[in-house]
Amino acid sequence: MGIDPRSFVVEERLSGVARIIGVTGSKGGIGKSVIASTLALALADRCHRVGLFDLDFTSPSDHVVLGVDRSFPAEKFGIDPHQVHDIDMMSVAFFAGAAPVPLRGEATTNALLELLAITRWADQNVLILDMPPGLGDTSLDVIHLLPRLEFLLIGNGSRVVIESVRRAVRLLTELDVPLLGLLENMPRGEEGTVARLAAEFDVPFLGVVPADEGLEKALGDVEALRQSAVYGAVAALAEGLL
Amino acid sequence: MHELALADSVVKAALHAADEAGLTEIGRIVVKVGELQQIEKDLFEFSLTSVIPANEPRLTDTEFDVAEEPVRFRCRSCGSEYGREESSLTGEDSGEAVHFIPELSHAFARCPSCHSPDFDIIQGRGITLERIEGTETGGD
Repeated sequence: MGIDPRSFVVEERLSGVARIIGVTGSKGGIGKSVIASTLALALADRCHRVGLFDLDFTSPSDHVVLGVDRSFPAEKFGIDPHQVHDIDMMSVAFFAGAAPVPLRGEATTNALLELLAITRWADQNVLILDMPPGLGDTSLDVIHLLPRLEFLLIGNGSRVVIESVRRAVRLLTELDVPLLGLLENMPRGEEGTVARLAAEFDVPFLGVVPADEGLEKALGDVEALRQSAVYGAVAALAEGLL
Repeated sequence: MHELALADSVVKAALHAADEAGLTEIGRIVVKVGELQQIEKDLFEFSLTSVIPANEPRLTDTEFDVAEEPVRFRCRSCGSEYGREESSLTGEDSGEAVHFIPELSHAFARCPSCHSPDFDIIQGRGITLERIEGTETGGD
């Protein structure tokens, strides 16, 4: 019969996780990894038990944002996420290092399933999934595999961004995937565009994370990150998400 | 030992398949282990027996049959087919990474003919539950 057994344990591996939030955006460079990593840090700083899973397999970067330089995770009954800054963290970067990871669709699905089947997530208030850009294989896979998944959608008012955000909202609505809200990051274009889109679809507008010229220097240094305007804005909305 | 997590998935999948087939007893579980993942056959057999849930009556006399399958790659660029030895997947770290996530072969292996990382794993990737054999409800 040839059955792939891995999907039979995915829910069990996540049974101690109360909430699963996918941080997504329909375009690359919109700030998903910075927001996902900062959100994890802000929640951990407020004594929540937090997991962070970087699902951007071809371009993982949460470890860069949080300054994590680790190799293979510990093996027991599966593998344990690294604990960094009080965040349980998993990333392909822990296995691949700096090597490029060129994956087509089926390989992406297989890598995702493998990590979901073997990673032992501890009891968490929330597991944050840093999604790859767009609504392709990984997004559709997690929607299928993780029925409890909720999304936080990031966008801004740039015309090249807002149209794809609109498509994403329509798709998630059509698929009945809970949408926690729209978050405007690095505002561009006409003011209020993202808020109006949220109102149009009756989705909460979570606020604005300002462009922060000092952010680049803070990447990789969590103390500097905690002093950034991005952290301040994300921390202000973090508690309201849980 | 992450083999235990994979063995656990095999046993859970087998129990699900037994439910679907109406089996009251599973006599044999046949598993295929792909060469790419470098999981030792003996270790995996041990892992399978280790993760059988206590008080699971359908698995009290179950035999595990673990067969190994050689890995074969097919290059998307030039069409060459090749095995692990020819794939340049030889480093200790790369072997360890692929042991955990076989798709990381795309990070470390290259086509021996054209050096492309763009290939398909056409067989021998990882763990597959091939079939279960057992006694159906009301059977002898």
